[in-house]
Amino acid sequence: MELDSKCPSGPIETRWDRHKFELKLVSPANKRKYTIIVVGSGLAGASASATLAELGYNVKCYCYQDSPRRAHSIAAQGGINAAKNYQNDGDSVYRLFYDTIKGGDFRSRESNVYRLAQLSVDIIDHCVAQGIPFAREYGGVLANRSFGGALVSRTFYARGQTGQQLLLGAYQAMQRQIAAGRLTMFPRHEMLELVLVNGRARGIVTRNLIDGKIESHAADAVVLATGGYGNVYYLSTMAKGANATAIWRAYRKGAFFANPCFTQIHPTCIPVTGEYQSKLTLMSESLRNDGRIWVPLKKGDTRPPNQIPEEERDYYLERMYPAYGNLVPRDIASRAAKRVCDEGRGVGPTGYGVYLDFRDAIQRLGVNVIRERYGNLFEMYERLTGEDPYKVPMRIYPAIHYTMGGLWVDYNLMSTIPGLFVIGEANFSDHGANRLGASALMQGLADGYFIVPYTVGDYLASTKLEKVSTEQTEFRDAEREVAERIRRLLSVRGRRTVDSLHRELGKLLWEYCGMARNAQGLQYALKKIPELREEFWQNVIVPGTGEEFNQSLERALRVADFMELAELICYDALHRNESCGGHFREEYQTPDGEALRNDSEYAYVAAWEFTGVGNPPRLHKEPLVFEYAKPTERSYK
Amino acid sequence: MSAAIITKVDERIAFYEVPAGKKAIVAVTGLVLIGYVVAHMLGNLQIFLGRERINAYAELLHSSGPLLWAARLVLLVAVGLHIVFTVQLWLAKRRARPVRYLKKVDVPSAYAARTMILSGPLIAAFVIFHVLHLTTGQAGLPFEPLNVYDNVVRGFRIWYVSLAYMVAVSLVGVHVWHGLWSMLHTLGLDDERYRPTLERISHAVGLLTALGYLSIPVAVLTGLIGGGVN
Amino acid sequence: MRIILHVWRQKNASEPGRMVRYEVNNVNPHMSFLEMLDVLNEELVQQGEDPIAFDHDCREGICGMCGFMINGRAHGPEPGTTVCQLHMRHFRDGDELWLEPFRARAFPLIRDLVVNRSAFDRLIAAGGYISVNAGSAPDANAIPVPKQAAEKAMDAAACIGCGACVAQCPNASAALFLGAKISHLGLLPQGQPERYQRVLKMVSQAALEGFGHCTNAGECEAVCPKRIKLEVIARMNRDYLVAAVKHLGVKEAVEAGVG
Repeated sequence: MELDSKCPSGPIETRWDRHKFELKLVSPANKRKYTIIVVGSGLAGASASATLAELGYNVKCYCYQDSPRRAHSIAAQGGINAAKNYQNDGDSVYRLFYDTIKGGDFRSRESNVYRLAQLSVDIIDHCVAQGIPFAREYGGVLANRSFGGALVSRTFYARGQTGQQLLLGAYQAMQRQIAAGRLTMFPRHEMLELVLVNGRARGIVTRNLIDGKIESHAADAVVLATGGYGNVYYLSTMAKGANATAIWRAYRKGAFFANPCFTQIHPTCIPVTGEYQSKLTLMSESLRNDGRIWVPLKKGDTRPPNQIPEEERDYYLERMYPAYGNLVPRDIASRAAKRVCDEGRGVGPTGYGVYLDFRDAIQRLGVNVIRERYGNLFEMYERLTGEDPYKVPMRIYPAIHYTMGGLWVDYNLMSTIPGLFVIGEANFSDHGANRLGASALMQGLADGYFIVPYTVGDYLASTKLEKVSTEQTEFRDAEREVAERIRRLLSVRGRRTVDSLHRELGKLLWEYCGMARNAQGLQYALKKIPELREEFWQNVIVPGTGEEFNQSLERALRVADFMELAELICYDALHRNESCGGHFREEYQTPDGEALRNDSEYAYVAAWEFTGVGNPPRLHKEPLVFEYAKPTERSYK
Repeated sequence: MSAAIITKVDERIAFYEVPAGKKAIVAVTGLVLIGYVVAHMLGNLQIFLGRERINAYAELLHSSGPLLWAARLVLLVAVGLHIVFTVQLWLAKRRARPVRYLKKVDVPSAYAARTMILSGPLIAAFVIFHVLHLTTGQAGLPFEPLNVYDNVVRGFRIWYVSLAYMVAVSLVGVHVWHGLWSMLHTLGLDDERYRPTLERISHAVGLLTALGYLSIPVAVLTGLIGGGVN
Repeated sequence: MRIILHVWRQKNASEPGRMVRYEVNNVNPHMSFLEMLDVLNEELVQQGEDPIAFDHDCREGICGMCGFMINGRAHGPEPGTTVCQLHMRHFRDGDELWLEPFRARAFPLIRDLVVNRSAFDRLIAAGGYISVNAGSAPDANAIPVPKQAAEKAMDAAACIGCGACVAQCPNASAALFLGAKISHLGLLPQGQPERYQRVLKMVSQAALEGFGHCTNAGECEAVCPKRIKLEVIARMNRDYLVAAVKHLGVKEAVEAGVG
């Protein structure tokens, strides 16, 4: 199958406008005759649901949480980028476009990224009109802050809760449409299967998490906005419930999965303290502005940090990257931390941690300046760890944080299944091999408010859709398949809990397909994952029944899909014989340990096709062409 | 449709049916009653100025005829509404949490706030007794029309009358202690910046009212006033 | 350390519930409260028992999904902390803790410590938004917002909708939740056109949902994990009275579509 990205040609500045004009429209009177299903209610899903309903479509939205307001977009702290150039510091749509392409290590589509940069401006306008309490200057105008990977100040923020505020804005827009009767919300409903009729996405099968009812829902188009798959690693900064089931079910039904191995690892998270650890908490990257990162020079040095003299400390980032020091990009800082811990010099009870020390900054600037800059972060650190970072250095370690990969979509955000749209983190579209800070919120909202409402209309207007009913075979078969999957899980009655198997999968993946990867390790993982999957299906214990509120069953269904996804991630990582962005292959590095990209052979999107569980997936390549942003090398020395 | 599914909402309900509306009525009537309580106290304190003064004051009030009855009517309506809506809200409270907690701490320990519903009825009972005692003279206690001074002194010399009175006016103080700030809050006159001040004023009014009223039986029992009465 | 738990167990809304005693040994003080329950649940599952159901998602104190009563206090003893961020180091070896679900008529029980808070969504649907369709906004800097107003709005907008205020309130009132949203939107210039209509509709909806009334007891403020201030309730009351006086009753106001 030939992958057609449907990217318009011509000057990059006019591509989206021209494309919008060429998109077919649904007449206002006909919109209410169409039903659109949106799965997920984060920034992408909520904004798409609200906007489609505003346009007059009949929208049904589903989420596994008890309210759409809980989706994990809510946890985003830093901010949202927009090329407003309010600071008069030389920003422009073109500059945001270029920064994003470069930050993504030249593995994303120029047309998509340019459109994203253009729409960033409209997003801020809309969000302000919705009443998002963005930070302001004394004159009443919007404030901005700087963020990694950019030399201009273009990040809009609402304290450390930007994601929360943007999500509540979209959520409130949704609630307004619910009151207007154009949108129906199904909270505590989890999508467990995608239903195709005549090759088109025409509905989903859900499980009502309160009473376990398996239900079919039919529609004219399906939009997946179910977020990233970082929880395949078990420990991540994702919400506990975040899962890949919706996109994985779509993949199994024929949607291609693009660049699954592009996962982002955030360098400053609170380290794991024990086996019971359930998730990881991010500490803002801004701490690296004043904190110095170090480990003891000697292996296995267990002295308290304050008793280790200066000459026995290794400020390894400053040593290895004298030009950028502690401010090297996320991927580089993460890998360096792993390296020193693997050498046995890590700190803390597990040996997987490095110090982030504010002693010198406090001496230089005084405790009040530090409190003013980072007081809330220090407080949060103390709440979680019980240690006072004004007195003792923080301990940090990298953690899985975002997945750039996702379902393959064309310029219209439609997957390889007609009628199945994928938006937000769930698709692969805009961030290439590495996402810049404050860009995830931007992409989710661009997709939901300003792209998918147009492109879904085009699909509906240009496609002849037959009537479908949830009574017909395709739905009945899908329901039976779901019921059978649940029955199988409940009937194993083995000896291992879902979490213990999930934790083992996560460790395996983190070890062999985490911050640094090599062919040997990936081959080993590809051997072990099917074994673990086999053990899961033979030895898992899921208590209770399917006809009740059963959180163990919910988790088991999600982990069953992670067991398959993990394998795909490793296949992708093994095939990509280069290092780029979040994907670092140890065999492909410069003599001084930097990522070595291979543009001549790997400047393409790897889109994988499902060929059956346990079978190697089939690779399709979408070549990436760079007409405007020419690939260059990255160096931070 | 399952309870988890949100559909169109109904938005219509009248002012007096909404808790916030009921509370506003309780607050406004409460404000009227506080005004009365303070004015009544100031009037009563004239007892310290001697028999002629307080009796003349009573004479003046009684001679104002329709005005007096208008004031009494306002007070009666205020008391009525205050009680009716408070009881309605109190009943609603039980409906709002049909299953009680087995363990529950009250944070912060807002004693006055939580005892409003107890201090209220006790005050109401006392008011009835008080009117029978000193307004209509039907309480079976010494009573002489328009001779307020002697009636008060004779009444308060009976220890249990004094005690009941002192307990009741203390409750009035406690009620005002929380009530004044609470009604200002209910009427929207609160702000983070003024809150400590408003609370202090509220507590002061409560305290001073109680002290003002308490001073009379204390003065009678200690013989400070009423020397010429037998 | 060793912790003794008494947990409300109830299979579903129609079956009766009861407190069940559990002992959790080897509790690590660095565990979060929910991780301690995870450990207990793993043991229960291994023994073939139903694990304790409790809501949670982000586990970083922002999604608002978690929350139950610990010894009669919503989210437990630490101020400004959701139960997912509460750590076991705040308890002592041998402590006995009672866990109960949030209780209110408007929050019907689903299972064990899980309740249905959809009533909050309906309160927002009643008017907790600014009516603006995507695409129709003026430039973001077209309307300046005084910094102080933006800050105050943000203070109120920090609400995570967890329901602790309702759970703790002696009257199961949703006043703090409502006041937070009404303050957030009412403090911004963008929220002015619908300001009075919003408060009428939201306050009415709260009564229909079966929430109780506010007696200004202040317990909600004391347990709010985001430290929302009581003043938001005063602001709501003020707006409500202005709206009610202006429009002589909600029915007429809503029917006439004024606000």
